[in-house]
Amino acid sequence: MSTLEIRGLHVSVETEAGPKEILRGVDLTVRSGQTHAIMGPNGSGKSTLAYSLAGHPKYTVTSGEVLLDGEDVLAMTVDERARAGLFLAMQYPVEVPGVSVSNFLRTAKTAVDGGAPKLRTWVKDVKEAMDKLAIADDFAERDLNTGFSGGEKKRHEILQLELLNPKFAVLDETDSGLDIDALRVVSDGVNRFSASGDKGVLLITHYTRILRYIKPDFVHVFVAGRVAEEGGPELAEKLEEKGYVDYVGTPA
Amino acid sequence: MTTDTAQQAQHGLTEHSHGAGAPDHGGSAFDTVASFDVDAHVVPRGREEEWRFTPMARLRGLHDDAPLDGHDYEVSVDADPQVVVETVEATDARRGSSGYVPNDRPSARAWAEADKVLAITVPADVVAEKPTIVRLQGLSAEKAAAGHVVITAERFSQSVVVLEHEGSAAFADNVEIVTHDGARLIVVSLQDWADDSVHLSHHHISVGRDAVVKHAVVSFGGDLVRTSVTLDYAAPGGDAELLGLYFADSGQHLEKRLFVDHNQPHCRSNVLYKGALQGRKAHTVWIGNVLIRPAAEGISTYELNRNLVLTDGARADSVPNLEIETGEIEGAGHASATGRFDDEQLFYLMARGIPADEARRLVVRGFFTELINKIGVPEIAERLTATVERELAIGEGLPAASATPPTATVEH
Ligand SMILES: Nc1ncnc2c1ncn2[C@@H]1O[C@H](COP(=O)(O)OP(=O)(O)OP(=O)(O)O)[C@@H](O)[C@H]1O
Ligand SMILES: [Mg+2]
Repeated sequence: MSTLEIRGLHVSVETEAGPKEILRGVDLTVRSGQTHAIMGPNGSGKSTLAYSLAGHPKYTVTSGEVLLDGEDVLAMTVDERARAGLFLAMQYPVEVPGVSVSNFLRTAKTAVDGGAPKLRTWVKDVKEAMDKLAIADDFAERDLNTGFSGGEKKRHEILQLELLNPKFAVLDETDSGLDIDALRVVSDGVNRFSASGDKGVLLITHYTRILRYIKPDFVHVFVAGRVAEEGGPELAEKLEEKGYVDYVGTPA
Repeated sequence: MTTDTAQQAQHGLTEHSHGAGAPDHGGSAFDTVASFDVDAHVVPRGREEEWRFTPMARLRGLHDDAPLDGHDYEVSVDADPQVVVETVEATDARRGSSGYVPNDRPSARAWAEADKVLAITVPADVVAEKPTIVRLQGLSAEKAAAGHVVITAERFSQSVVVLEHEGSAAFADNVEIVTHDGARLIVVSLQDWADDSVHLSHHHISVGRDAVVKHAVVSFGGDLVRTSVTLDYAAPGGDAELLGLYFADSGQHLEKRLFVDHNQPHCRSNVLYKGALQGRKAHTVWIGNVLIRPAAEGISTYELNRNLVLTDGARADSVPNLEIETGEIEGAGHASATGRFDDEQLFYLMARGIPADEARRLVVRGFFTELINKIGVPEIAERLTATVERELAIGEGLPAASATPPTATVEH
């Protein structure tokens, strides 16, 4: 049983005109076994929250705290956070030419487990996980994310999620840019992850579409850098009908 | 005629690229004196176009009058049994068979002073089974030396020749590479000198009819290493791939100059040089000149230089130059990109638990892997990868390049 607590989180980015505050006090607690959906219009700060949890250098936390089972996440380096059990599936996965997927996966697995995986079972695990996500075998030898289509990149993020097996997954718009088949494949992967043990999921999305496949326990409406409303799954249905108009004044 | 420009998906790169139809460069980059007569080449002072990046004070007089009669080096040869490696007199007819005429003073001096020639000949139709490796081990950089190598790949032969340079030396040399009709030849010149070495090297490649030549220059160690590669075609149909890999540490000057002379129709050239720099006053220079003469109809050429600046205080100069004198070509393009280490790549890898140092290693290794694969000589691939790792280990203590762009110039 693990807990990820976000308390009073304020985050800004450096701009030419000086620091600009994006997150204005986010409070959120995710426990293992729970799936939380964060829904919000474009530019509301969803990715900022995700990146801040992962420790992206572009974002400066000005106040607040993030605790993983009581440990101060904000004091950890990016790689330490991952090894502590946080995983971020990125909205825009980065291309790394010259680094093969298989080499990358093995290196990452070795890092998070603190030791190299047993070769034979590892190869089998990778192959099985790839099959389930309908990722072709030859992907293993391709350069990491390089030349991958949008959908391939997203499936590859979920492949990592399943293989690295963290405590908490933050999924930043993993659904965007996917066709319906890919959406189903990716959702199945996330559901397998949730079912694999005491896992917490923070599912960031702009649309309600993915919530047909991944059932959230809680829904948080994110507007202008903070949670504007929260509730159960029924809140998503309301958003489906009315959009974000109640929160931002214009349909988004 | 098609024009292709750079395709760069990398982040954080300042990019320069344009294709054919670029403004005229005035031809100044191509105006060089060619002569066997040493005195026809005035002593360069550093202001000249070809010398403006080179720290002249560190040349130990190789460009001036320093005697080149030292012999403080050992040569060892590990040849394919079918390849003939011999040391012959300077009067041997193979010398000069590439058509090369020295185009700067150190080259003319090396030509005049080399008393012996190392001749490597791949006889016609021979398909060599293993690379022929010549290792030059410098024993002292005190007395300068001159060298001359002629590699001849006869008709329809297939072979790999590796020239390795190690140890301490002050060395000026000319390497002639001659391919006859239909030959396939890979030449790798590896400079992994000790810190006190200075090496000025000219390679001239003559590409025969329908010959396929791959040429790679790999520079790691040495205080100052300046390699000039010139290439022309003896007949139509030739295919040349010119590759380069260099890794400059604190204080090193590694200069890579290229001149591809498209003087025949229906030939191809492809240039890819990649460099990494780390440490204060690490300096690399890449000059890529390509001339497409009126006769060179139906050719295609592309050149690309990429530099990865790993720390502050290093400087990469990159100057591509493409001059086109006929419109009847298939394609021509060039690109140059110099950038610092990519934070987004680093973040992505670290976000998967990989520690910063290891993530950096992965990315830099990845940067060079493409090139090492292109060189395509498995016997040395492992060594090159290991040397890249060794270089990275040297840089491990150094802080990464800051967010400001590196001091890099791209001009044309
Ligand atoms: N470097 C920056 N300079 C100025 N504003 C920035 C910078 N980086 C981010 N922002 C702003 O921060 C806000 C939040 O961005 P963020 O990417 O977190 O939004 P989002 O909710 O993920 O949006 P989307 O739904 O489009 O993914 C946006 O208004 C964005 O323009
Ligand atoms: Mg976003």
